[in-house]
Amino acid sequence: MSKRTWPGYLRPDGRKGVRNIVLVIYTVECASHVAKEVARGEEDVHVLGFPGCYDNDYAIRLMLALATHPNVGAVLVIGLGCEYTQPKRISEVVAKSGRPVEWFYIQDKGGTPNSIALGKSHLARLRDEARRSAVLVSMGWPDLTVGAECGGSDGTSGLAGNPVVGAFYDALVNFGGRAIFEETVEMIGLRDIMLARAASPEAAKQLQATYEKAVRYCQSVRQFSIAPGNFAGGLTTIEEKSMGAFAKGGLRPIQGVIRVAQPPPHPGLWILDSVPDEHFMQFGYTNPNDTEGIMDLISAGAQIILFVTGRGSVIGSPIAPLIKVTGNYRTFERMRDDMDFNAGRVLLGELSMEEAAKELTDLVAQVASGMPSKPETLGHREYFVMYKHQDTPALDAGCHA
Amino acid sequence: MKHCFQVDKSDNVSTLLDDANDEILEILGVGQNASLKVLGPVKMGHKVALRDIEAGLPIVKYGVPIGVATRDIVKGEWVHLQNCRSQVDLRSAAMDPHSGAATDTHYE
Repeated sequence: MSKRTWPGYLRPDGRKGVRNIVLVIYTVECASHVAKEVARGEEDVHVLGFPGCYDNDYAIRLMLALATHPNVGAVLVIGLGCEYTQPKRISEVVAKSGRPVEWFYIQDKGGTPNSIALGKSHLARLRDEARRSAVLVSMGWPDLTVGAECGGSDGTSGLAGNPVVGAFYDALVNFGGRAIFEETVEMIGLRDIMLARAASPEAAKQLQATYEKAVRYCQSVRQFSIAPGNFAGGLTTIEEKSMGAFAKGGLRPIQGVIRVAQPPPHPGLWILDSVPDEHFMQFGYTNPNDTEGIMDLISAGAQIILFVTGRGSVIGSPIAPLIKVTGNYRTFERMRDDMDFNAGRVLLGELSMEEAAKELTDLVAQVASGMPSKPETLGHREYFVMYKHQDTPALDAGCHA
Repeated sequence: MKHCFQVDKSDNVSTLLDDANDEILEILGVGQNASLKVLGPVKMGHKVALRDIEAGLPIVKYGVPIGVATRDIVKGEWVHLQNCRSQVDLRSAAMDPHSGAATDTHYE
């Protein structure tokens, strides 16, 4: 299992992807309809965009990381023409990464029908080029970064759903891969547990600062990361939810904390901090929805996302295939078309956690090899790019050599 | 027989693995071979008390306090928003224990 390989796309920066997507990016809400129409019905084409007219460092950093993601083979950037975010500047970064790219402004091209037609013709050429120039190489666990998120949690999430992902994470780390989890606002009450798992004094410092920021943030917005479905599903407090959520991180030492758009510097288990840093324009909830967290995980280079649900979330993600896990056997049966993995069998006594983890490991390898996950098959490609402030990560910390 | 799950030896609640109503469940996890009578209807994924818990004492799950009892709780009773509160989250006190719906937002 540890030596298992599958074909992956080799990118100029040395990272390997499990998909070869053309990404259509829009740089303001006004350009979203054209972008979506350009992408409509097109195979291997995903849409992503930022709705704001004023630009935002975090949003641009996030979009650039997604535009140069190992699963992305080519990019088309569409703007309206009057917004702050510049399609040309995004294109320059994409071109520098060795990927085919085009961009244009709707206002320059004579409006909607002309732009859609132009976009479609660019798209066809870009997809052709992405496919023709694709370099397929052998890929294995050391080349893989996986991101894990939970959403629609219930009482089964902490008993089976998250623990099976944690067991897989232990294996991934043992195999030399990178495992990331986030939702630090769902680590409330777990400071000492986190610190005890720190791989180094530097990691401990980062974990402490990250923890304190998460608690401070929730207190200042007067909202903790727990929702009606969680309560209806049996989770009574954020402290309880946090203990269950943290199980998705497994048991390996935590190497440190990364920020959005920062790939993990070396293999191992990492926590991603998506909570805003102090800024005069402090507004909004840190994790407005699960999709936002998934975007942050993908921006750190995760080629595959593991998503644990109890109540039955149907979301997928663009760029990185999302594998849907549930620890609730009823949810699995009720939503068979959406669910990839039934961890509820462990609670029913049908298989051990160890057996379940092996099965999940095998499933991840299959999806990496090209088998579509259920959300992928259903066309779920939710995205969410919002205004946020995070201090720019230190330059040397972004090295992924 | 239906089951509930006890995570840690020090827990004073266990989590239901199926809907139950006034019936005896077998405890899985560290509570192996023990059983518990659930009082009244309690849904899958929800918690019941493994022993009597006095108001003001911690509710313990995963071996850590996950909340505080706001009323005296008897063994086998459903433990949730109606008798357990978070020590950090004030808003959750305004959620409906059965549906989880927020009762503090205005729709008019």
